[in-house]
Formats: sequence, structure tokens, C-alpha cells
Amino acid sequence: MKLLKILAATTAVAVLLAAPAYAQTRIALVVKSLGNGFFDAANKGAQEAAAELGDVEVIYTGPTAATAEAQIEVINSLIAQQVDAIAISANDPDALVPALQKAMERGIKVISWDSGVAPEGRQLHLNPSETALIGETIIKLAADYLPEGGDVAILSASSTATNQNAWIEAAKAALPEKFANINLVAVVYGDDDSVKSTDEAKGLIASYPDLKAIIAPTTVGVVAAAQVVTDQNLIGKVNVTGLALPSEFKQFVDNGASQAVALWNPIDLGYAAVMLANDLVEGGEAAPGATLSMGRMGELTLDDTNSGAMAAPFTFDKSNIEEFSKIY
Amino acid sequence: MTDTTLHRSLPDRLDNPLKSAVLSWESLLVLVAVAIFILNSFASPYFLNAWSLSDLTFNFTEKALIALAMALLIISGEIDLSVAAIIALASTMMGLALQYGADTPTLVAVGIGVGILCGAFNGFLVTGLKLPSIVVTIGTMSLFRGIAFIILGDQSFKGYPPSFSWFGQGYVWWVISFELVLFLVCALIYWVLLHRTVFGRRIFAIGNNDVAAQFSGVRVDRIKFILFCLTGLMSGIAAVLLTARLGSTRPSIAEGFELEAITMVVLGGVSILGGAGSILGVVLAALIVGLVTFGLGLLNVPGIVMTIFTGSLLIVVIALPILFRMWRQRA
Repeated sequence: MKLLKILAATTAVAVLLAAPAYAQTRIALVVKSLGNGFFDAANKGAQEAAAELGDVEVIYTGPTAATAEAQIEVINSLIAQQVDAIAISANDPDALVPALQKAMERGIKVISWDSGVAPEGRQLHLNPSETALIGETIIKLAADYLPEGGDVAILSASSTATNQNAWIEAAKAALPEKFANINLVAVVYGDDDSVKSTDEAKGLIASYPDLKAIIAPTTVGVVAAAQVVTDQNLIGKVNVTGLALPSEFKQFVDNGASQAVALWNPIDLGYAAVMLANDLVEGGEAAPGATLSMGRMGELTLDDTNSGAMAAPFTFDKSNIEEFSKIY
Repeated sequence: MTDTTLHRSLPDRLDNPLKSAVLSWESLLVLVAVAIFILNSFASPYFLNAWSLSDLTFNFTEKALIALAMALLIISGEIDLSVAAIIALASTMMGLALQYGADTPTLVAVGIGVGILCGAFNGFLVTGLKLPSIVVTIGTMSLFRGIAFIILGDQSFKGYPPSFSWFGQGYVWWVISFELVLFLVCALIYWVLLHRTVFGRRIFAIGNNDVAAQFSGVRVDRIKFILFCLTGLMSGIAAVLLTARLGSTRPSIAEGFELEAITMVVLGGVSILGGAGSILGVVLAALIVGLVTFGLGLLNVPGIVMTIFTGSLLIVVIALPILFRMWRQRA
């Protein structure tokens, strides 16, 4: 009986506590894993959007391990919290679909950004850039410094990462036409883990003595590869490039391990994701051909799979990395 | 000969049963579970809601199903670290069967069948070749997941039929999910098996002293082999549920599940050295792990803090009774 009384009292308190929480729009920014500089920067942009909109609260969350199962646990807790919208960067395009469909059934707006979810599991997808353009850019970053051509290898994130796989496909497609003298010798996976990425980078250097460049389209892999090149005194012989956060990567542009890297602005990406989610909460319709507001980033036009691209990737080299490394 | 000697009942335990029940591990776990439940209710306004509590169960049922069989295996003095890899292989084989047009009953049979085969393989290596189970299952952990990676690479299997998805997403009645019902039924079966059958007593005997058990006529290897098959079976069942819940298969599925299942077993009071433990404890431990992770999730506590919390909980719950005993002995 005592237990029942305690439970009853608890319920009453809980209901009282619950009342004021519904006043504002709550948008959850769900990332692949916490503790990643890229996503922390996206959160900065998301908070900026929330401040600009006024009555929006951004919940920045994500699992520790970058797995679909862990992300589903996060989604379940957000459904229970009855948030208004979920903006997610997915660890798996398919495995999250049932959980996100459940969220939509319970009236939550769902968008994916950065790394997408299959169309049936979200209302729209915000691409940071065009896949084809990124694929071409990562090869171009290496090719620009290889006038004679040569062997290059790709060090990716996990073999199941949606976005990296799409970029690599696009890069392979661009190779024969636009970069005929560039020879892609291997694609290896470092699982966005510093230790594994380091081992894979060492493996590439050992297996391909003529390797001229390592292209890592992931912020973890690119740092690991540049560190390996620095440690093994291969600066000037192997050029490391790819997608990198300026603050994490500045030292390697400074010491010459890398000539240039590229990235879109994650601050803009988080900002645009929250703006889009808010637009949907306020009644915006996500349908092929529709345009939705991204605030200062302009408008997003949806294609026939309800996805759209924000902007082109941005190159950082010796001339500007100092400035951007202070931002993110 | 007098009646008194005949009818005098021999106690089957030496301490007072009521006192030992109150001071038991299970009572401590009940206390912890209730405390966390109440804390959760105060901490988040969204916790006390039928659907929230239902969603909560999905966080632990699959791992807890494995923990049931794992408990028996650990009590017998063995361990299986390959359970998550068995899920990956079973799920991949189900996906492969799907490509050949298998229907729902066939998919379930494939998942469970592959699970049992993997378990039997582990069991054969441990009992047939007399290899230490920790070494064998570290090996098969890479082997099983490796096969899944060879078959799938960076691809995925999807398009499971809705009747199959029901196993991982369906509800038996209102908010009571199929996964939860299955877990409770299995928990009951394992409770009977461990605590009410000769087979169960033999598991304890083996865990306490397998040489003595062998000389007492217990077929130690056969029982251990069966336990590995059971662990494989439960991993196969977990593979069916998880695949149905995710609606897709990737070779990285269920990564890290083995440690979470073992955490539940150890938190449930099963001695990691074998010979002691109870199913009730494991069920309560599964509930506690679920309550803690979901409760912290509702507060949007970052995952890394959550793992610190579950780790500390494990150490505290295990250390408390030992500290209490030391304190009592001194007093």
C-alpha cells in the first residue's frame, strides 16, 4: 500500500511538472555520436537558429557508440518526451526507418540531414551538398597537387556509413572522365575510430609504395592519416586530403602533410536543419518540388525523393584555415 | 525407532529462510529497481506513461533473452562472447533466405536454426576439443561476424514482409509488445529449468566443481554442450526480434550486445566464477539496466555519461553486499 501511495504521489508531482513544458517548440538535433567536433559545430548553428526563432528549444543528443541500435534508443526516448520535431543524422539508412515511422505516427515531424534516412522514414532530407559534387571535389583536392597523376587511396569511415559510400561511388564515377591520370588503388575503412584509422593508413602506405595521396572523406580518418604521414616523415611524398574540420586539421596544413582539405560549414548545416524542422512544425508541407525556408541560408527546393542540397563544399588551404580553425 | 526421528524435517538450508530472503541479492535488486523507478518518475514528466514504459522494454528485451541462457552458461563455469556475432550471422542468413523468396515461418526457422548451429559449433569446440570457452568464443566472435561481412560487405538486406516485422514491432495487447511477452515466457521457462529440474541442479554442481560432478555421474560435457546450444538458440531468437525491429540487416548489427548481456548476468548476482546465481536476479537486472538507460535518455543525458552511470551501478551493487558483510563481521 505504501508503495502505491508513493507511486500515486509521484504521478501527481510528475503531472504538475509536465504542464509548463509544452509552451514552446522542441526540436531534437540527433547526431551519429556525441563527442565529434563536426556535430558540436552543427549544434552551434542549431542554437543560433533557435535564438533567431525565439520560441524554439533545441535538444542536442545522440548515442556514444555510432550504431543504429543506440540511435533507436535515443529516438524512443525522444518519442516519449513528445518533442515536436526530430532532425537526425543517421547511422543507418534502413534500420532507423521503423523507429522514425513510429515517431511520425505519433505526430512528430522527422527530417534527416548530413547522413540520410530512406525516404519512408523521414519527411525530407537535407544534403549538405550534392553527392556528385563532393565525390568530384575529394578527388580534385588530390588531383590539383598531382599534375603528373599517380596512385591515390581512400580511407573512409565505416563500411555502412551512408554518406561516405555515396561520395566514394560518385568519386569513382568522376575518375575516368575528369581525372584520367589518377589511379584509385584501394578503399579501406577506419570506422571513424582513431586507432583503426591509423592502422588502416599505415597499411595503405606499406601496401602501396607509390601512393601519392590519401583521401579521407571523414574528419576522424583524415587526422589519423595526416598524423601517420607526419610520424613516418612522408611529408611531401604522400599528400593527405579529404574532408576535415579546420580546427582539428590546421596543424597538418601548417606542417605540409596536407595541401588542402574541404568541408561544408557544419554550423550552417545545423542551422538549416533546425530552420527546416521548424518550418514543418509550423505547417510547411514536404512534397516533391516544394520550397522550404532555411532562414539566412535561403530556400531548399525538394527533388522527387524529398531531398535537397544546402550549398557547395568549401576548400580550406594555407590562406584561410587559420581563420576558420577559430570557428569550428 | 521412534516417530520423532522419522518425522523430524531436515532443513535444506541452514539460515532462517525469511531472513535470507530479506537479505538476498534479489531483494536488493528489487529495492534498486523501485528506487530508480521512483527517481525516474520525479526526474521526467514523460516517464509515467503507458507508451513510454512500453518503449522502454524494447531497450533491453533482446539482450535480456540472451542473458537468460548466458546466466546458465556462466553458472556452469563457461562463457560465450560470440552471442552478438551469432545475431549478425543469423540475421545475415535470414536476409539471404529472403533474397530466395523465403516466407515468414522459413525466415524465423533460418534465424533460430543458424543460432543453434553456431551454439553447437561453440559447444563442440569447448567440450569436444577441450578448449577454454573464452578463447573459443573470442575466435568465433570474429568468425561469425566475419562471414556476415563477407556475404554483405557494405550492403544491406531489407524488404522483410510485414508479418515478419511483427515479431520486433508488434503488440500482443494494447502496449504489451510481443518481445516483452516472449521474454517473460522465456524467463519462466529458464526459471523452471534452472531452479526446479535435475538439469538445473547439475548446472550448479558443474559450476561449483566440475570434476566432482563428473565423478558423481553428471555428464558434464553433454550438459555444457546443451548450454552452448541454448545460448545459440536465444541468440537466434534475439536475431529474429532485432532484425524484425530494424527491418533490415547489416553486418554491424547488434555490435556490443555481448557485453551488455553479460553485464545483466553479473548485475543479476550470477557469480562470474560459476556455481551461483538465479534467473529472478537476471530478470531484475535486465529491468534495472532498461530503467536506467531509458530514464537517463528521457533527461537527454549524453550516452557517455550513461555508460559511466551503468558502470558505477554495476560496481556499487556488487560491492554493497560485500562491504555490508565486512561491516557486520567487524561489529
